[in-house]
Amino acid sequence: MKSRTLKRHFAEAFKSLGRNGWMSFASVSAVTVTLLLVGVFLVVLLNLNHLASQIEGDVEIRAYIDRTTKQTEYNDLQQKMEQIPNVNEVKFQSKEDGLQELIKSLGDEGKAFSSLKNENPLPDAFIIKTKKPQDTSTVASEIEKYDHIKKVDYGQGTVERLFKVTGVARNVGLVLIVGLIFTAMFLISNTIKLTIVSRRKEIEIMKLVGATNGFIRWPFFIEGFVLGLMGAIIPILVVVFGYQFLHGQVNNQLDTVFVKLLPVYPMVLQLSVMLAVIGGLIGVWGSMTSVRKFLKV
Amino acid sequence: MTLIEMKDVWKTYPNGVMALNGIDIYIDKGEFVYVVGPSGAGKSTFVKCMYREEKPTKGSILIQGTDLAKLRERHIPKMRRKIGVIFQDFKLLPKLTVYENVAFALEVIEESPKVIRQRVMEVLDLVGLKNKARSFPDELSGGEQQRVSIARSIVNRPPVIIADEPTGNLDPETAWEIMDIFKEINERGTTVVMATHNKDIVNSFKKRVIAIEGGRIVRDEQKGEYGYEI
Ligand SMILES: Nc1ncnc2c1ncn2[C@@H]1O[C@H](COP(=O)(O)OP(=O)(O)OP(=O)(O)O)[C@@H](O)[C@H]1O
Ligand SMILES: [Mg+2]
Repeated sequence: MKSRTLKRHFAEAFKSLGRNGWMSFASVSAVTVTLLLVGVFLVVLLNLNHLASQIEGDVEIRAYIDRTTKQTEYNDLQQKMEQIPNVNEVKFQSKEDGLQELIKSLGDEGKAFSSLKNENPLPDAFIIKTKKPQDTSTVASEIEKYDHIKKVDYGQGTVERLFKVTGVARNVGLVLIVGLIFTAMFLISNTIKLTIVSRRKEIEIMKLVGATNGFIRWPFFIEGFVLGLMGAIIPILVVVFGYQFLHGQVNNQLDTVFVKLLPVYPMVLQLSVMLAVIGGLIGVWGSMTSVRKFLKV
Repeated sequence: MTLIEMKDVWKTYPNGVMALNGIDIYIDKGEFVYVVGPSGAGKSTFVKCMYREEKPTKGSILIQGTDLAKLRERHIPKMRRKIGVIFQDFKLLPKLTVYENVAFALEVIEESPKVIRQRVMEVLDLVGLKNKARSFPDELSGGEQQRVSIARSIVNRPPVIIADEPTGNLDPETAWEIMDIFKEINERGTTVVMATHNKDIVNSFKKRVIAIEGGRIVRDEQKGEYGYEI
């Protein structure tokens, strides 16, 4: 394309944006609202995902061993567990270590147990990590069947509930985001349709004097893209500054529960690019679908 | 030399109206052709098929050897550049000046600014509107507006111009002014096809007359008469 032509397309696009000021404003607002919601959802979702995987990563299975088990049988047991397909690693924890850890994890209250050191009530245990946290319960029930295993413990119930919550949150978030994007596309295609209706005659004449469809489409393409990009400005600012603020406020408090929010950078930059791209695509898609009908003259 | 050739052209609209029922015709380069007939006879449909606003249901329409009926969608723009079209309602863009309206036809086919300036002034001179180049359409009379639309139709020098009732909205005197321009264009070698209800013009400025009734050609005479009472 000649640069003169490209200049013309840009001029036409911006002329139309100005001429249809209110309509443009409406389209931009539609994209703004959508992207705001999408942006907030993405921040929440990404963090939820991050928190969930931190917690999921902590999930492990403890298999307590019968006191009557002989030392030689320990090795067989460990090897058997290591051969379960979904198992990542198996660690042995002696009853002394187990008690130490218990005392440490309970903090001040744990001191009371110190006296138990001589008559340790805990059995020896194997600590098993699965490859995927979701496999925990199947692996646990498998191990439970083995000889010499007294009890298997992996936070039964709690873990299943956690996985259910994170799974639902991910799916709901995804559905909401897709729904929102479609709503915005619909709104933009409708608003641009109106700006096209006002230029119907122009398009008709362009076609009659032999302008190609590509030539006619260009200004609308640019117009849609610009509308979408403009709609992304406020959401990007909100995400960047809002998240910076939130991160500062919340992260320190979360420290006490051993989880962290996602760091501000590079997440806000990635999200900004993503919002700009989604905005641009929504705009282009919206304008292209509405211009298509008018090109069949 | 044949410029336009229609072979057994049929057109049935989606609603079932059979507008053209087997049209065969040759139009030579440089001819001036009136298309006449009662209202609803199929005149507009006939000319619309010539510039591919409507696609015939059956048959072929050759313009300089290209079959419009078989033309791919993406080749239509190139073909349209060979045909100037003029309508009863002028179809000018109200927010553009006379000059811009005419230049528009060249801009959208990406002519260079130099060629555009030169050609636009040339055709505005031909239609006698050089001094109104900066006016807007609503500042012009109906006849002047039609002259602008004629200027636009010929500015990229098509071999044929097609006009559907170009004088339909004009008083008799203005209609004759428009006819003088068509005459001039035709004398310069451009083929003119004109659907009209103007008995006066057809009978005075005698040219080939094609009469259509019920979607069929019922008469085709050199230096013919209008032949209908209004
Ligand atoms: N787009 C369309 N869809 C359906 N039917 C149509 C369409 N255009 C025209 N017709 C029908 O086709 C027939 C021929 O119409 P056409 O416009 O070609 O007549 P015409 O000779 O130009 O009439 P007039 O002198 O009134 O302009 C008419 O019966 C008309 O109702
Ligand atoms: Mg008609």
